[in-house]
Amino acid sequence: MIEVAATPLQLSAPSLGALLFQFLNSFGFIILATVGLAIIFGMMGVINLAHGEFILIGVYGTALTYHAGVPLPLAMVAGVVVTTIFGVIVERTVVRHLYDRLLDSMVATWGLALVISQLLLIVFGSSLDSISTPMGSVSYGPFSSSIYRSIFLPIVAVAVLGGLYVLFTRTEFGVKARATIKDPETARAMGVDTDRMYVSTFAIGSALAGLTGALYAPALGSITPNRGSTFLVEAFVAVVVGGPSVIIGTLSASAVLSVFNATGSFFFGTFIGQMLLLLVAIVALRLLPDGITGYVKDWQQRRRAEQ
Amino acid sequence: MSESVDAEASVLDRLRGRLEGPNTYGNSLPFWAVFAVVIAGLALYPQLVGVYTVIQTSRYFALAFLALSLSFIWGYAGILSFGQVAFFGVAAYTFGIIGLNFSSATEIMAALVGAILVGTVAAAIVGYFMFYGGVRDTYVTIMTLVIALVLNTFMAQTAGSEWAVGVAQLGGFNGMDIPSLTLGIGQSGFVLERAALYYALLAALVVTYLGLRVLVNSSFGLTMVAIREDEARTRTFGYDVPFVKLVVFTIGGALAAVGGVFYGSWGNYIDPTVFGIAFAALPVVWVSVGGRESLVGALGATVLIERMRTELSSGIGPIGSEWALVIVGGLLLGVILFMPAGVVPTADDLIARLRDRRTERGQSTNTPEEAIE
Repeated sequence: MIEVAATPLQLSAPSLGALLFQFLNSFGFIILATVGLAIIFGMMGVINLAHGEFILIGVYGTALTYHAGVPLPLAMVAGVVVTTIFGVIVERTVVRHLYDRLLDSMVATWGLALVISQLLLIVFGSSLDSISTPMGSVSYGPFSSSIYRSIFLPIVAVAVLGGLYVLFTRTEFGVKARATIKDPETARAMGVDTDRMYVSTFAIGSALAGLTGALYAPALGSITPNRGSTFLVEAFVAVVVGGPSVIIGTLSASAVLSVFNATGSFFFGTFIGQMLLLLVAIVALRLLPDGITGYVKDWQQRRRAEQ
Repeated sequence: MSESVDAEASVLDRLRGRLEGPNTYGNSLPFWAVFAVVIAGLALYPQLVGVYTVIQTSRYFALAFLALSLSFIWGYAGILSFGQVAFFGVAAYTFGIIGLNFSSATEIMAALVGAILVGTVAAAIVGYFMFYGGVRDTYVTIMTLVIALVLNTFMAQTAGSEWAVGVAQLGGFNGMDIPSLTLGIGQSGFVLERAALYYALLAALVVTYLGLRVLVNSSFGLTMVAIREDEARTRTFGYDVPFVKLVVFTIGGALAAVGGVFYGSWGNYIDPTVFGIAFAALPVVWVSVGGRESLVGALGATVLIERMRTELSSGIGPIGSEWALVIVGGLLLGVILFMPAGVVPTADDLIARLRDRRTERGQSTNTPEEAIE
C-alpha cells in the first residue's frame, strides 16, 4: 500500500510516481489473483468458486511453514506444493463429475469454499501471525511504496503470464492440453490421455493459485480465513472482463481494471477504488458480454468477412 | 342439492386444474391431503411450542421467500442468480428508512409497499441491464454476485453520521434499526410480532406458494421452462426471450423484497452482512438441496436447514456452532454430486418408479386371465 503523508494532491512528479506505483501494485495483484481461475475457466469451462480458498491454502501453507522456522522462499515453495496436491484431490473427487455442468460446478465449488474457509477457521483459529513484507520500500517526496508489492510482484505476474504462453503454445504438453479442451474425442482418438490432461490443467490452475497465496502471504497483513473472497472478487471480475482468451484476456482486463482501481484509490481512498473496479466490471459486462478478447475476436472476424 | 355439490366439485376441479401441471411436483390428491395437514399443523404450532421457537420459525418463513424467489427464476427459467439477497437487503433497508422517518401505522404500511416497490424496481433495472445487454448464463450469475458485493462494500462504510436519510442512520457494520410491521390506520395499529407475525408470514407464504404454482403451470410458465431448456429454439418460435426473462427476474426480485421486509421487521435490525458472500450462498444451498425445480422442496429445505443451523448455534454434543457452515457447505457439495436434481425431485422419481413396478406386477398377474379370455 502507498502511504500518503501529505494531504494536498497536486500532479507533481512524486504524486505521479505514487500513482504509477499504485497502478503497478493493483495490476500485479489482479493478474496473480486471476490467472489460476482463468486457466481453469478458459481451458476447462469450470468456474472454480473455491479459487479464493485455494489461494488461501497457499497463504496458510506458506505462513505455517514460515512460522515453523523455514526461510521464506522455501516456505513459499511449500505453499505451492500443498495447494497443488489439494487441487489434484479436488479434481479427482469433485470437479471430474462436473465438466459438462457449468452452473453445477459453480454451486458445488461454492459449497467447497464454505467448507474450506470454515475448516481453516476451526483448525487454525481466527488469524495467523502476519509475515513482514520483504525488500523494504522506496521513499520519494512525501510518499513511500513497498518494493515487494509495487515492483517485484508485478514483474512476477507478467513473467507468469509469459511462462504460461510458452507452456501452452510451444510445448507438446500445451498442444495436447489445448487439443483436449477443443475436441476431447478427436484428441483421445489421436492417443492423448485426456483424463490426464484434465488433471494436469487443473493442477496447473491450483499451483498458480498456490503461488499467488505464497507470494501474498507476506503482503496481506493479518492472515484470516475470510481473506479468500478478496481474491475471488477481483479474479472473477477480471476473468469476465477479459473474456475467453486466457493470457491476453487476463493481461488486458488487469490493465484496464487496475487503471480505474488505482486512480480511484489514489484520489479518493481504497473504498472508492474498489467500488470503481466493480462498477467498471458491471458496465463492461453490459457493453462487452464476451469480454475484451471476445470483442476483439468478433471485430477481427467481421473485418475478415468484409475483405 | 346434488347440483350444488356438482358445482362445488367442478370449482374445486378447476382450481386443482390451475394449480397442477407438468411444472410442479405434487399433482395428486394425497399430496393435497398432506399439504392440508401440514398447514393445519403449522397453524397449531404456536399453541404447542414456546415463544422462542415461534419467533425462530417466523425467521425461517421470511427466508423462505428468498428460496421461492431463487427456485422460481433458477428452477423454472434457468437464471441462476447469486444476488437475490441484494433485492432482499435493499427492500429491508428501504423499509427501515421509510419506517423510521414516518412512524404512524398508515405510514409503516406505506413503507411496506414502498420497500417492495424499490426492491422490485431494482430487480427490473438489473434485469433490463443484463437480459437486453446479452449477458448470459454464468455471466448473469457472476454479475448478480458482484452487485451484491458492491452493496456489501458500500453499506459497510456508511458508519459515519453523514450517511443518514432523514432520521434513519445507515450505520455501516453496526447495522440499522427497523420498525416492526404494523397494520392499521392513523396512529393506532396492530403490531405484527411474535405469533401475529408468524401467522401473517404463514398466510403470505401459502398464498405466494399457490400463486406461483398457478403461474408456473400457466402458458407463461411453459414459456419459462422452454427458455430454460433451449433458449435459441424458443427465440426461433417467436418468443421475446429477453422480455420473458426480465419479467421472471422482476417477479423474483419482488419475492425477495417481500422476504426482506419481513426479515428486517422480524429482527428490527438489518446490517450489510445480508449482502455478504456467506449469506448470498444460503439461498443457493436451500434451493439446490430441496430441488430447484420444486417450489415445495425449496420451502422445506429452507426451514429444515435453517432450523439445523439454529440448533447448531448452541452446539450439539461435541459439534459446536462453528461446524454449521461446514455441514451446510458439505450438504451442498454432496447434493450436487450425488443428487443433482435435489431431494424432492429425486424422491418423486423414486415414488413414481415404485408405483410403476407395482402396476407392472399387477399387470403380470392379470395376464393369465386375459389369456383365458
